[in-house]
Amino acid sequence: MPSITFVHPDGRAQRVEASNGESAMQAATRQDVSGILAECGGNAMCATCHVYVDENWLARLPAIGDDEDALLDGAAAERQANSRLSCQIKLGAELDGLVLRLPERQT
Amino acid sequence: MPFCKNIMQETHMSATSRTDSVTPEHGAPAGVPHLDVDPFSTEFFEEPHPIHEALREAGPVVWLDKWGVYGVARYAEVHAVLNDPMTFCSSRGVGLSDFAKEKAWRPQSIILEADPPAHTRTRAVLNQVLSATAMKPLRSHFTALAEAKTDELLARGSFDAIADLAEAYPLSVFPDALGLKQEGRENLLPYASLVFNAFGPPNQLRQEAIERSAPHQAYVAAQCQRENLAPGGFGACIHARADAGDITHEEAPLLVRSLLSAGLDTTVYGIGAAVYCLARFPDQLAKLRSDPTLARNAFEEAIRFESPVQTFFRTTTREVELSGHRIGEGEKVLMFLGAANRDPRRWENPDRYDITRRTSGHVGFGSGIHMCVGQLVARLEGEVMLAAIARKVGRIEISGPVKRRYNNTLRGLESLPITISPA
Repeated sequence: MPSITFVHPDGRAQRVEASNGESAMQAATRQDVSGILAECGGNAMCATCHVYVDENWLARLPAIGDDEDALLDGAAAERQANSRLSCQIKLGAELDGLVLRLPERQT
Repeated sequence: MPFCKNIMQETHMSATSRTDSVTPEHGAPAGVPHLDVDPFSTEFFEEPHPIHEALREAGPVVWLDKWGVYGVARYAEVHAVLNDPMTFCSSRGVGLSDFAKEKAWRPQSIILEADPPAHTRTRAVLNQVLSATAMKPLRSHFTALAEAKTDELLARGSFDAIADLAEAYPLSVFPDALGLKQEGRENLLPYASLVFNAFGPPNQLRQEAIERSAPHQAYVAAQCQRENLAPGGFGACIHARADAGDITHEEAPLLVRSLLSAGLDTTVYGIGAAVYCLARFPDQLAKLRSDPTLARNAFEEAIRFESPVQTFFRTTTREVELSGHRIGEGEKVLMFLGAANRDPRRWENPDRYDITRRTSGHVGFGSGIHMCVGQLVARLEGEVMLAAIARKVGRIEISGPVKRRYNNTLRGLESLPITISPA
């Protein structure tokens, strides 16, 4: 079971235990990480589960899809080079320890 | 309400005592609990929740004797069916009518009533036209009109929250955003009502709607043409995608039609649901007033709580097993979105309207590849309208008889007389 950490805009770190195959968004909503809204429920349609991936982990994530790429342009907080949608990050043992920073706003 | 109690008892009975019997005229499959409720009846529209409960508790998959179709009312199965579009297809219609067996009442939708790969291309176009990026320039204008509407209604004090707010506000923003002409807009709500009635069975609501449809259909067909759509609007953007080669020039009007069918009445019912919730639950209005940033979630929770779009059908493309039940090819499956949104297996205190609830995952906008493509427009309208109410309105009181509106797919009110006072 991978364990991942969300870092809130105020610097507070929140560690979340995820199930294999679950997305980072699902792990966050299940354990009530406040900065992840996921209005569309993981259908890649809303850009309200935006995260900034810790630089050390960025290369280990699968490439960004076209839908995700387009959605990130519409995210409420500024898009950065390490921006991803957490609903598109599927968790497995290889991502144990992943660190995701939360943006100031999702809407 | 004695009526509901009777229904409850009756449906519980049919769910438990008739499990193994067979109704020959509709071929109820052995082992599937079957119920004789009609989800397209006035009785159901008036009080669906006890029947939803009976449907959920009867089993993960049920059979509806009245129309000879399968039904799913629990969250897990509704979500599963929505997310397996190749098995539970849309191209044979998302109403009761099976397009493989009978002609559609209007030219088939090339997005709602389509499967991949055809659906993928048309969906990509509307995804882009209605994207989060496309919403950003609309926000300030939508907000200003929501605030002006609230001021106007505060000056009046007493009014009908359906006609004067839930209908008036979307009518003041959406047709302009689409780029429609001023003339003929009175056809928009009747046309949408027709579309959503037509998903239902051949009952009186559907028959009458179709009989009266000619002028509304003619209006809509004309407005979908490029020359009738103002530059910069959603409609013109769709036609521009035909220039880019993403869709054909013949397809563009049909995609505009999708916005005319599903883009207005749904938000009318959504905003109506939210205002009805705030009028009934003053503690939630108080919470919203103390923190107007909750407006967006208050709208979302109203969508879960009332589920303005109650049902959609799918058709099986092959034999499939769903939660232990074998369903043959070519079967219609009715998904009870409203029941899934109140399934206690998925939601804590499902019958409570709670604007701080984590609403993510509700199926009020559907789920999967056909999930409402206009959800961001709906949320924008709902959010700015409720935020204006949160900032300006102190009290909402229901001040007259509440009347329900009957539609085969949409759940909402005909009339909601309210009196409001300033904050």
